[in-house]
Amino acid sequence: MAILHTVNKSPFERNALGSCLRLAKKGSSVLLFEDGVIGAMQNTKYSGKVAQAMEHLSFYVLGPDIKARGLGDDRVINGINIIDYDGFVDLTTEHNAVQSWL
Amino acid sequence: MEDGDGVVKKFCYINRKAPYGTIYALESLEVVLIAAAFDQDISLVFVDDGVYQLTQGQDTAGIGMKNFSRTYAALGDYDVKKVYVDRESLEERGLSIDDLQTLKYEDEDDDWAEKDSLFVVARDELSTIIDAQDVILSF
Amino acid sequence: MKFGIVINEGPYTHQSSDSALQFVKAAISKGHEIFRVFFYHDGVNNGTSLGVPPQDDRNLTKEWSALATQYDLDLVVCVAAAQRRGMLDEDEMKRHGKSAHNLAAGFRISGLGQLVEAGIQADRLVTFGD
Repeated sequence: MAILHTVNKSPFERNALGSCLRLAKKGSSVLLFEDGVIGAMQNTKYSGKVAQAMEHLSFYVLGPDIKARGLGDDRVINGINIIDYDGFVDLTTEHNAVQSWL
Repeated sequence: MEDGDGVVKKFCYINRKAPYGTIYALESLEVVLIAAAFDQDISLVFVDDGVYQLTQGQDTAGIGMKNFSRTYAALGDYDVKKVYVDRESLEERGLSIDDLQTLKYEDEDDDWAEKDSLFVVARDELSTIIDAQDVILSF
Repeated sequence: MKFGIVINEGPYTHQSSDSALQFVKAAISKGHEIFRVFFYHDGVNNGTSLGVPPQDDRNLTKEWSALATQYDLDLVVCVAAAQRRGMLDEDEMKRHGKSAHNLAAGFRISGLGQLVEAGIQADRLVTFGD
């Protein structure tokens, strides 16, 4: 089983997403939530990097946090799975451990 | 010795923040010291600004805060033998292993020989180390 | 599965406590067990009995207390972090000669060993912080 990496900060504010993408092993999963959902948005200066990382990592984003920030699901980068808190719980059980990039 | 029913998990403490600007470096170290009593398989990882926690020669007199950097050198006494420092984080900050404290432990399986416990590791190796952990604590 | 939850930040300033609350509710609704919720760093401030948040918004401390009562959750506030930040139960108040205590119902103060134990005993440890 792989690790579930979580990022809760915007890539514009912190380098948590960058470091996560640098060190998450191929085959792991990344969940973007809280302000981290910004990293899941299309047309940002980080979108290309995230799209590239999707070649070896599975990406998830927390739907409620997207809505809270007035962003639509249609803004999410293609291929990133939109989940809810139930899905968040499932992700943790489907992975060996959780690494929170704080 | 604490009784965990003999369960031994790989515990990893990930440090990404510089010391003193916030309390995370100090309070994460406090967890590591307490955890020593639980006989788990402990690794410490320092990435990004976390590498600054290990610099030599910290002098906090001018900022009026307690200098806790000597605690890192004592980690060997708490059976912490694996301290991993991310090479890229050092390099992009213009630092090298020479800027960091020397951390050692005494190997009870080798006649108490003194050995290095701090390892500068490259991205792929660090990625593999993290991926193998059972419990990851971040601060 | 058994979950250990770690909350590193205080109420309101960060979303950590809110996210953890939503996660815990979802985990419980899916039939999982919450082994312990451990409050560390500024997270200890979630345990204050003195909070008076605006009436039209959530009261995080009360929500945690209510959840603890409903599902018999173990909400642990780290003693060292709590002492630093002035979060005391009655025993701590007496021990340190203070004039008041401020730990909310449903929370208990204990040591960092409880966090390590949660890491050992739980199947998954999830941290919410900054």
